[in-house]
Amino acid sequence: MGNLFKIAIRNLLRYKRRTLLTASLITVGVVFVLVFISVSGSFKNMMVGSITDSMLGHMQVHRKGYVASIENLPLNLNLKPEAIMRLENILNKQPEITAYSPRLKFGGMFSNFVETTNIRLNGIYPDLELKSVPLLASRVLEGKKILDKGGIWIPELLAKGMKVKIGDTIVVVATNKDGSVNGKQFIVAGVLESATGPGGRDGYIHIEDAMEVLRMEGMEISEVAIRLKDFGKLNTFSKKLDDLLSKELNKEGKPIFEVHTWEKLSPFFNIAKMIDVMTFFIKLMLIAIVLISIMNVMIMAVYERIREIGTIAAIGTLPGKILNMFVIEGFCLGIAGAVIGNIVGIVLILILNMLKISFNFGQQQGLILHANVNPADIVTISVTVIIVSVIASLQPAFKASRMEPIKALRHV
Amino acid sequence: MSLIVAENIQKDYKTGEVTVRALKALSFEIEPASFVSFVGPSGSGKTTLLNLIGCLDKPTDGKLKVADTDVLHLDRKQSASFRGSNIGFIFQDFNLLPVLTVYENIEYPLLMVQSVPASEREKRVTALLEAVGMIEQKDKYPDQISGGQKQRVAIARALVTNPKLVLADEPTANLDHKTAYMVIELMKKMRDEFRTTFIFSTHDQKIVGEAEILYTLEDGELTGRQVRGGKGNG
Repeated sequence: MGNLFKIAIRNLLRYKRRTLLTASLITVGVVFVLVFISVSGSFKNMMVGSITDSMLGHMQVHRKGYVASIENLPLNLNLKPEAIMRLENILNKQPEITAYSPRLKFGGMFSNFVETTNIRLNGIYPDLELKSVPLLASRVLEGKKILDKGGIWIPELLAKGMKVKIGDTIVVVATNKDGSVNGKQFIVAGVLESATGPGGRDGYIHIEDAMEVLRMEGMEISEVAIRLKDFGKLNTFSKKLDDLLSKELNKEGKPIFEVHTWEKLSPFFNIAKMIDVMTFFIKLMLIAIVLISIMNVMIMAVYERIREIGTIAAIGTLPGKILNMFVIEGFCLGIAGAVIGNIVGIVLILILNMLKISFNFGQQQGLILHANVNPADIVTISVTVIIVSVIASLQPAFKASRMEPIKALRHV
Repeated sequence: MSLIVAENIQKDYKTGEVTVRALKALSFEIEPASFVSFVGPSGSGKTTLLNLIGCLDKPTDGKLKVADTDVLHLDRKQSASFRGSNIGFIFQDFNLLPVLTVYENIEYPLLMVQSVPASEREKRVTALLEAVGMIEQKDKYPDQISGGQKQRVAIARALVTNPKLVLADEPTANLDHKTAYMVIELMKKMRDEFRTTFIFSTHDQKIVGEAEILYTLEDGELTGRQVRGGKGNG
């Protein structure tokens, strides 16, 4: 086998310019795909991380039918104490969960005593919320990163628009589910950076304050945000939890709960899917580049060496060995393109990271692009290039191996 | 026992609707360690006959045995194997592999066709390099040596597997007279040394005289057989 490689490499070096051009073409393709996957993948992971770790959590549990009306924040679709207890019993037994946070969500009016505007609020247990969405604290631009009772975290745009500062007293007025209106004073404890996606411009208060505003006698919650130990097991665990919760039925024998992963709750999932689709097509382009360039160069190689093929066939080289000889040439070209492409790609990504390129995403300004090179991507790209190179060489190699020596020797 | 037995071998080529008979019922026998030449003008069927003996092609009709093997019934892979074990080839254009050195060209059949161990390969290649007088040029590539030297390398390559038969189609056609004689003498010397049968085709009348058995071909028919003495004549 070593000798086949030696002959293959010498034959490639025999046509230096052609080999260089083909290898360069593959290299450019590999670099392009690697950089694209790294940049788009890092962007996607950053945005998914930002959405799940600062707002949504990895997944959420609601009362059946709540998500269909989520824009209205319906108070009549909250989970009642008995349902909360049943849910917590199940969640507490799941080793995959690292933390979960009950939330009471509602819409209300926000007044600084001069002006009034509307606001969406989340009543939370701050310690549980910060364990479930750990980046929430990092969104607190001003004020305390711990939310006490009587305090409110308000979104940045609201604070600017209403000219409210840390320590100011404001009033939140809300209509409870019976239709009566109630209000409560809060001290502005923190200003939150706006984030793209649902809940990105919500305010936060303590859940007991929320219950007071809504004049609730017993505990009610709108949703439970869940954080998993391993984000990679999201879909498996979602299915498991869905199965477990689907057995919890109300008096009418219908399921009480519904489970949704972040993908179902955030429109960014469609952007993430588009990035995946684009990545797929970029990979297809790479395959096409490798396939066409290798096939072209190997067809040329076979055509130019017909007499040599005739000679080695005449002196007894078996067809299988002739086939291997040409396949190995394609394989070597693929290896060269993949190795050089990966090296150049990694260097380019390092340069991109050193340049600290910033970009905006919705309300989030000045995000720094930090492209990560995933070893799995390098392996996938390299293996794809090598396999496609071998496949592209097969047809010309097969043709060479099937050549009649007598005809090949006569070729001029 | 004869090395080659041909009985009424015939070869037809079809060109569109027309069938051309290149060989017409040839019968002959060639003994081991012979030094045989087929002569005749262009188109007389010399190359076609050598291709049949070399298992590169099959007769349309007749019987052909080479080294006691009925070569008519060998498939593609068996033919390649048979050639690799029993037949050496010397080509008019030398046909050395340009990416291999002189040494590697001679070693090629042992390495890629017969899988001979490295120590044995080295022994046999070195012996042949010395025998053909190319030991000094062993690391050169074919484009760095002369035509005569290339043909010497080709002879060494043909002999390295210890074949029973070496076929040479117009081996001196691309060489000057002096070199051509040297090549023929070398082939004879190799025949004497390795007891290998050499069959070559030529239309060079001066070279023809070097053959010990001479077959004359005209329009696909054997028109003459001359025995001129020498070793191993059948």
